[in-house]
Amino acid sequence: MEQFAPVTRSEDGQPVRYLIVDDSVFARKNLARMVESFGGQVAGEAGDGVTAISEYDRVTPDIVLMDITMPQMEGIEAAEKIVREHPDARIVMVSSVGYQENIVAALQRGARHFVQKPVKPEVLYEVIKYVMRDDGAAARGAGAGA
Amino acid sequence: MRMELIQPFINSADAVLAQGLQGPTSVENLSMEEEAYRRRGIAAEVCLTGDIEGRIIFDLAPETAVKVASCMAGTELPQTDDLVRETVFELANQIVGNAVTTLNDQGFHFRVHPPHLHTADHGTKTSEDTEALVMCFNTATGTVFMNVALRYHFSGVAEHAVAG
Repeated sequence: MEQFAPVTRSEDGQPVRYLIVDDSVFARKNLARMVESFGGQVAGEAGDGVTAISEYDRVTPDIVLMDITMPQMEGIEAAEKIVREHPDARIVMVSSVGYQENIVAALQRGARHFVQKPVKPEVLYEVIKYVMRDDGAAARGAGAGA
Repeated sequence: MRMELIQPFINSADAVLAQGLQGPTSVENLSMEEEAYRRRGIAAEVCLTGDIEGRIIFDLAPETAVKVASCMAGTELPQTDDLVRETVFELANQIVGNAVTTLNDQGFHFRVHPPHLHTADHGTKTSEDTEALVMCFNTATGTVFMNVALRYHFSGVAEHAVAG
């Protein structure tokens, strides 16, 4: 997989910690590989929205990557509940269903960004840097593909 | 079944397979299925409800599924691995999701249900209003079969689609 300049937390230089939420084991593994190639660390995983909420409380990640179509509780509802309890939560929706209504609904309920599947690593990398903004830093002089 | 319903699925499958398998694909053997669906290997079924209703089945021979899953996972997987099945599910999810996005932008509204394993060797015979279109995508790792059976839920929707 392509190599990326590590994105770290500005406050302590530690790897960005991710909670990956998707009902597909394959999708979770695929996203885990990507965020690890960005220098990140998978703090937790969940296969549905209900588990995502409890996992968020348990691991307090820097970023949540959240699928939309999932059993029990869908991603947009889970994102809304997480943001209600944790207004600073950084949630990026990752879904194959990328129509405008879904994107707007997700953003209105507190998600910070939306990435459509199949996920291109370079796209996700730029979104992660954008979402972390002042709280994250990529190694200087190196960007995607460096 | 109208071509404007099918085309987004063909385009989406072509794009998702090409990206996931990092190689070109070609579509072959488009045909209307007159008989009941017959499973070829590992099959994932995705159902749609709303303005357009029906189901899409992605079907891969077991050895092809292993090759596709291994390619997409970036590591060699054994044939028995659950990850093979999961990969076929995710492939189906991505292809249908991208097609649905296109159809939604054209004004159709519906809900995509999570993929599930199609376990029966034979499906039910398609009816006149939900005839199935079968096509195969040739990839470097083998053939992926797609079986689409969709219909408009409201008659007004068909008129809208033709006009639009």
